[in-house]
Amino acid sequence: MGSCPGTTGSSVREAIRLALAIAAKDIRVELRSRTALLSAVVFAALVLVVFNFARDPTAIAAVDLAPSVLWVTFALAAMVALNRAFTIERENAALDGLLLAPVPREALFLGKLLANLAFVGTVEAVTLPLFVLFFNVDLGGALPGILGVTALATTGFVAVGTIFSAMAVRTRFAELLLPVLLLPFMVPPLIGAVQATSRLLSGRPLSEVMGWLRLLAIYDVVFVTLCMLVFSAVVDE
Amino acid sequence: MTLPVAARSIVSRGLATSAVALAGLAAVYVLALGFTPVEARQGLAQKIFYLHVPAAWSALLAFSLVGIASALYLWLLDPRLDRFAAASAEVGVAFSAVMLTTGPIWAKPIWGTWWTWDARLTLTLFLFFLFVGYLALRAAVQDPAERARFSAVVGILGMLLVPFVHLSVYLFRTLHPTPVVLKPSAPSLPPEMLRTLLISTLVFTVLYIGLVTVRYGIALAEEAREAPDAA
Repeated sequence: MGSCPGTTGSSVREAIRLALAIAAKDIRVELRSRTALLSAVVFAALVLVVFNFARDPTAIAAVDLAPSVLWVTFALAAMVALNRAFTIERENAALDGLLLAPVPREALFLGKLLANLAFVGTVEAVTLPLFVLFFNVDLGGALPGILGVTALATTGFVAVGTIFSAMAVRTRFAELLLPVLLLPFMVPPLIGAVQATSRLLSGRPLSEVMGWLRLLAIYDVVFVTLCMLVFSAVVDE
Repeated sequence: MTLPVAARSIVSRGLATSAVALAGLAAVYVLALGFTPVEARQGLAQKIFYLHVPAAWSALLAFSLVGIASALYLWLLDPRLDRFAAASAEVGVAFSAVMLTTGPIWAKPIWGTWWTWDARLTLTLFLFFLFVGYLALRAAVQDPAERARFSAVVGILGMLLVPFVHLSVYLFRTLHPTPVVLKPSAPSLPPEMLRTLLISTLVFTVLYIGLVTVRYGIALAEEAREAPDAA
């Protein structure tokens, strides 16, 4: 159990400080080696390229397929990123060190979540321009809306992915188990994101996708909170 | 070693209950085919309703109980809750397999297609996948305490996933027949059909109880066998 002394404002601030410290540590590790981030970016670019050849250009216009291509790419990239989120903690039993530190488990989860979001967000930030380029999409005024949809949808499935990743590394076939567990949880955010993206790309106003955005936001609130609460059950013996 | 004896008696009780349920299932077949009127517009294809709906009921019952048992497990840490959740998930996967196979067999003559991405179909398909994943996770974790905690987490998250999947897929127009029994007004089913449906639902519930009891007893026996190795 997280040994959080009281729930006053100062301990919340302390928990956020700890979460940021953990996230900063992970991001620093990532930036030192850069191999994982680079591989994930290349992977996402390759998925986009493969998708381009998986469609019959005379039958289906690129823009009709674009939202699904974008989101399948994001989902696969997130999966690759999440697979290694806790593998680095396994090496040299780094996770045990983290768990011994007087860090509330909620803060630990939040820190890992922020680090994963930074990783997946970076991959997405590189993928989006490539997607515009390869699929000849005219973002026009849709960019702020699409960024918002991406942030909301990504937060939701990365939160669930973070907790599953912590579980999967302790099992025998982690690389296989994570997608099998996570994909059903990706369904609501992906449906929402694809629907909202395709409306925005066809020039509809933001007000028309508010329903989807609300669904994505509620998903985020519910699952980030819940994962934070049950994280202790995953990492503590 | 008293455990295997206890496990054996639980298993045999489960087998007896399941046998009663299977006999009841045979009776349901006779009742549905011989003593229930043929539906005017759908003809004989409608008979599958008496299997499909009760199987769906049992599957949803099973999955809801996994969610509840998982939440209680993280609170009480009682191994019985974990064993029950595992048994219920296994039986639920079996029942949802029945539901997912009888559905398309009915849908082909009536809807003209085996499968459609209707809200309810999609939801149950993902529930099926979710619990297959749950069982895969259980198989992949060796330490019993860790396995119990991990699967409880998945069970709880899964329970909360259901409304989201439902909401998100519901926004596509639904094609599934609307409920005919559990709805605010009186059931819109002729009494003979309703009787067969209710009897079948009862039989499927008994079958659920029987199968879960068997799996529970087997889990108990497996733990008893593993325990001396760990010590």
